[in-house]
Amino acid sequence: MSSEQAGQEDILGTAARWRDEGREVALATVIATWGSSPRPVGSQLVADGEGRFEGSVSGGCIEGAVIEEARKVMGSGAPSVLEFGVSNEQAWEVGLACGGTVRVLVERIE
Amino acid sequence: MQRAVLDRLNGDRAAERAVALVTALGGGAQALVYPDGEGAGDALPEAVTAAAKDALRADRSGQVEAGDETWFVHVHNPPARMVIVGAVHITQALARMAEAAGYAVVVCDPRRAFADAARFPAIEVSTEWPDDALNRLTPDHRTAVVTLTHDPKIDDPALEVAVRAPVFYIGALGSRRTHGKRLERLREKGFTEDELGRIHAPIGLAIGARSPAEIAVSIMAEVTQVRRTPPAPAGEGSS
Repeated sequence: MSSEQAGQEDILGTAARWRDEGREVALATVIATWGSSPRPVGSQLVADGEGRFEGSVSGGCIEGAVIEEARKVMGSGAPSVLEFGVSNEQAWEVGLACGGTVRVLVERIE
Repeated sequence: MQRAVLDRLNGDRAAERAVALVTALGGGAQALVYPDGEGAGDALPEAVTAAAKDALRADRSGQVEAGDETWFVHVHNPPARMVIVGAVHITQALARMAEAAGYAVVVCDPRRAFADAARFPAIEVSTEWPDDALNRLTPDHRTAVVTLTHDPKIDDPALEVAVRAPVFYIGALGSRRTHGKRLERLREKGFTEDELGRIHAPIGLAIGARSPAEIAVSIMAEVTQVRRTPPAPAGEGSS
């Protein structure tokens, strides 16, 4: 898991820095995967209130939906858990091409 | 996530302290757990703290069920390490590849002409004898040791420490013949077949590598394979 974080972007550092700049910030984390999925458990993405983001939770397939959810979570403050997979109609919409299932936690940085 | 939790987590990561962030997916409770079981943040059920300690040891994040709640345990271990003995041409390529794959790399060579920091930009280079360097670094189950000098005076002391340490990978450059002689020397010093069997030699996956960079790829591939592929169950393949 994310001991592999050297060599990756420093998502948690970015989250703190953006928050210091006064931006609204939410963090998305892959918490479970089934079947083939491009990013392992622990992978993270940070998004701000204007839709800017760094990092990834898939190969680019579900980032759009996750960033939209991040914006809702920034507003409500309530964490949410999203699931994307072939059995889920939403997955077709967002296009999880790999055929796997991925569960993502989205939380606001207070 | 509370800002204080994020700041403490980032502080631990910067100090290369192993820590797990534990989050209740339903309730939102959140806490940090350290390898000794100490915690910070919201109170956790005992079973969750125990699961977080196990996750840190196994270096694996994941979900845990406890009571009516599902928890996510996110392991933040410091980078795995690779100690490369011999600041040779292959090492120049391997050190960069290992860093890109997330390893903290230490290059060790007592020959100062080789262990020139200018040959290894941004990589830690030591001119200690390899056994001294390894003893100082206390190699653990997240450390790989690679010897590349071909020189028994330098490679052997490193291997002698490595085979008795809990490292996850040991590889030694050299032909089968070179390795055969190496094994004879180490046997004479009293090393057991179990200890010597831990050495991958000739080093690297057989991909027909020729250039230093290609050999580095084959070594990096073997280290990755050993780290990421569970060992075959005992007795597999025999009846």
